[in-house]
Amino acid sequence: MMAYIVRRVLYAIPILIGVNLLTFVLFFVVNSPDDMARMHLGVKRVSDQAIAEWKAERGYDKPLVWNAEAEGLAKLTDTIFFDKSVRLFAFDFGQSDSGRNIGHDIAQRMWPSLAIAVPIMLVGLAVNISFSLLLAFFRGTYLDFWGVVLCVAMMSISGLFYIIGGQVLLGKLLNLFPISGYAPGPDAWRFLVLPVIIGAISGIGSGTRWYRTLFLEEVGKDFVRTARAKGLSERAVLFGHVLRNALIPILTGVVVVIPTLFMGSLLLESFFGIPGLGSYTIDAISRQDFAIVRAMVFLGAVLYILGLLLTDISYTLVDPRVRLQ
Amino acid sequence: MFKRPGHNPFRLLLLLTLLVLGGCGDPPWNDPWPSEDVSGSVFFSSFAERPKYLDPARSYSSNEWAFISQVYEPPLQYHYLKRPYELVPLTADGMPEVRHYDAAGRLLPADAPAEQVATTEYLIHIRPGIRYQPHPAFARTADGGYRYWPLREEDLAERYTLADFPETDTRELVAADYAYQIKRLAFPPNHSPLAGLLAEHIEGFAAFAKAAAEQARRDRDAGRLWTDLRPLQMDGVQVIDRYTYSIRLKDSYPQFIYWLATNFFAPMPWEAERFHAQPGMAERNITLNWYPVGTGPFMLTENNPNLRMVLERNPNFHGERYPTEGSEADRARGLLDDAGKPMPFIDKAVYALEKEAIPRWNKFLQGYYDSSGIASDSFDQAVQLAADGEARLTPEMREKGIALDTAVETSIYYLGFNMRDPVVGGDPDDPADQERARKLRQAIAIAVDWEEFIAIFNNGRGLPAHGPLPPGIFGYREGREGINPVVYRWQDGKAVRRSIEEAKRLLAEAGYADGIDPATGNALVLYYDTALSGPGSKSILQWYVNQFRKLGISLVVRATDYNRFQEKMLKGTAQLFSWGWNADYPDPENFLFLLYGPNGKVEHHGENAANFANAEFDALFERMKNLPNGAERQQVIDRMVAILQTESPWLFGYYPKAFSLHHVWYHNALPHLMANNTLKYKRIDGALRARRQKEWNQPVTWPLWTLLGLLVLSAVPAIRDYRARERRRAR
Repeated sequence: MMAYIVRRVLYAIPILIGVNLLTFVLFFVVNSPDDMARMHLGVKRVSDQAIAEWKAERGYDKPLVWNAEAEGLAKLTDTIFFDKSVRLFAFDFGQSDSGRNIGHDIAQRMWPSLAIAVPIMLVGLAVNISFSLLLAFFRGTYLDFWGVVLCVAMMSISGLFYIIGGQVLLGKLLNLFPISGYAPGPDAWRFLVLPVIIGAISGIGSGTRWYRTLFLEEVGKDFVRTARAKGLSERAVLFGHVLRNALIPILTGVVVVIPTLFMGSLLLESFFGIPGLGSYTIDAISRQDFAIVRAMVFLGAVLYILGLLLTDISYTLVDPRVRLQ
Repeated sequence: MFKRPGHNPFRLLLLLTLLVLGGCGDPPWNDPWPSEDVSGSVFFSSFAERPKYLDPARSYSSNEWAFISQVYEPPLQYHYLKRPYELVPLTADGMPEVRHYDAAGRLLPADAPAEQVATTEYLIHIRPGIRYQPHPAFARTADGGYRYWPLREEDLAERYTLADFPETDTRELVAADYAYQIKRLAFPPNHSPLAGLLAEHIEGFAAFAKAAAEQARRDRDAGRLWTDLRPLQMDGVQVIDRYTYSIRLKDSYPQFIYWLATNFFAPMPWEAERFHAQPGMAERNITLNWYPVGTGPFMLTENNPNLRMVLERNPNFHGERYPTEGSEADRARGLLDDAGKPMPFIDKAVYALEKEAIPRWNKFLQGYYDSSGIASDSFDQAVQLAADGEARLTPEMREKGIALDTAVETSIYYLGFNMRDPVVGGDPDDPADQERARKLRQAIAIAVDWEEFIAIFNNGRGLPAHGPLPPGIFGYREGREGINPVVYRWQDGKAVRRSIEEAKRLLAEAGYADGIDPATGNALVLYYDTALSGPGSKSILQWYVNQFRKLGISLVVRATDYNRFQEKMLKGTAQLFSWGWNADYPDPENFLFLLYGPNGKVEHHGENAANFANAEFDALFERMKNLPNGAERQQVIDRMVAILQTESPWLFGYYPKAFSLHHVWYHNALPHLMANNTLKYKRIDGALRARRQKEWNQPVTWPLWTLLGLLVLSAVPAIRDYRARERRRAR
């Protein structure tokens, strides 16, 4: 397995270079270094000299990817792309174009993101599995039918509606939770309950339908029929056999998203004023802060690759038939 | 047999619920603030976007000045109550002495003609005894050295905020701090947006910038991170004595005095700059751009713009008293109730990041924010427009004791023609073509109905503009005298937009009868460049198209991003465009310069985006900017505005109207469109706020219990069915 992991890590290097190059191209197709300078310096009373100096200070006065005037290898290395990309591979994110330490910002903002993302995932998982097991148990009945109808209806509603509706209903009309806000430390729970409830509820529709499908697929298999023929109760069949075997695809879905939980949720964080990583990238794009955009896309790619690797490894843990070679 | 309570899951759930609810205590459950702050003298507000710069040399946005204006103190400020806006001393012990000199260096009388003035000197005396807020940069060791200078990078381990430097001290404000800040404005790495303007006026500013840049290069080469600007001399800035300094201008620039009331001219202690320039500080985000240091009534004690920013009372504040002069209207509104009392009244101001308008609005209604603007979505809930156009609060707002303040902003939003464009600007060498283009612009000016725009898109929050000068700026004229005769007629005591027939007649005279371009035989096509995009802007853009369609003109919208838009403006490739301007200071020069020829965007990279050039207008501008406010200046301005109305390089769109709401416990609220340091005037009745918040936010739990009951009831048949299945024989 070790050889497999090493190989996957090595595969990740060209992928990350590609992601980095793509981010670079997409960013600079839309924005030029002059645009970035104007955005940072403001629009009133900005002189050409100030723009030139801003670019020179941050190395944006160099050619983008090919320096025709340089000699030898410097044609490649004395460019914006090389300057801004190499350090990423050592996870040195450097400073944002406005002078902030990106690594420190990420380290600070990742915790509030995790504080809502992890409970939403766990609560959502518990609720979805319970609800889908219930539907699987009552399969073919009116409860199953109306449960599926409810799930489809819940899937059809925009996430934004859940957020605004939840804030108005639970925060404003019933006055049960703060509508938005955040406090670091132990007081954070008061601000997390509402987004976690809303996040979990908004995922019930799709989660339950998917898990119900997985359970129904298992319910129809021979080993379940055998278990029933042995006289096991329906509860024992569902929990002891169906749930355990359906856990493999559930685990796949869960493990792959675990690393990306760090990246936060844009809508929830924005509406609830939670200082996480969700809005960090979007803010950087709107402020044309290439340093942050590049760092966050790189981090996202690394985490996604890590998620896929963890999924592969988790297969070997839950299914003895799987071997990584 | 008895079961222990914990073994019953329903009982456990009930117990947990009661514990959680019981733990919430007396304050409302949905209260986002600590209870001790709510009943105290604490101001709660929000901000939607993180301020980019808090360094007074760079900061130039209202959302940044909202914070640093409470911390930094320039020599002058605006009087809080007096209208028209009036400058008064802040840290200065009087208004600056202004002296004019001729080319031979002889002192001229105060009213000397501008053409005789070769240099102008501003002599400023600051009050002794003013001290800076506590700051680690001032902290000293027993032997007189600086406690936190020099530091090595390893000394910064585990230090990530200014609060991680526990020892602080202060020192007295001196004139040299003001001189130091002016040098910082010239220092190229600081990228001050005012550097270009000041280089045109302050003696030796440009030469200083060059010398300082050279010194910075030498320092960098020697491994020094901080360039000490003190030994470098700027000819135009002299420190006369400990409390006096002078600024010498190489011309007559009467508007300069307004800049002395901005943060650009606030003092900067060199120790603070040196402290923040130490190795490792920038990597830890401990920068001057993040931690302002001033002498003002407040200091920024928490700066986490991803969550909240907190200003607290500066214990070293020199003291200031609430103004005693105001109008009768001010007295009637209670704005003089605190006259003569020491300021500031509040101890702390908490600004929470609130990116979305809906939660911000709802929290204001719950009483958790003391004041609020009104987003378009919430406008109808808050305000009703009466038949006479006057805004009144809805009964729901009045019931809560919420008050509404409105003010026409000293801003203008306009639609401009690029005068370099041959179709809308005309051939500058051909008077006949100029006349054609002028009539085309005038016809469009009549057709584009800004009253309708304001009603549809701004909820009536705006005043149609008849010229470039908004109300509150000297030169603005109201009523019949102020109308734009090209676009309006005066009828029944009010301005009435001219008919579309008149516009069509002008269009026909321009050679475009029924909007047909004789060159093509089809509808005249004009191009509107805009940075508006996305679904939210579609209706606005369609509205513009419809306005031009009234004349038979086909308007093609070229929507792009703001970068491309700016590029087009710089190159002069746009034809029609929309832009706006917000006053830097309350002087007509700050608006009329937007149409001054030598400020043309394409040729001079100035702020004249229309690239309008008119010899008579330019000559009048030169005269007007040096005249004191009075009849003569008004006459010149009237002529300048008349030229603009006739030439119509802009469709004078509208002056936006600001609406703000505040709760009954929030006192001394008064819209001030020039001053930003207004937090010190505000007073909060914390006890009343706490009572109202409790009253308005009683938790409503019965729907939850009902829902729980319904769930339990609905579970009964399911459980029965489950049991029946379990008992059923296999088939």
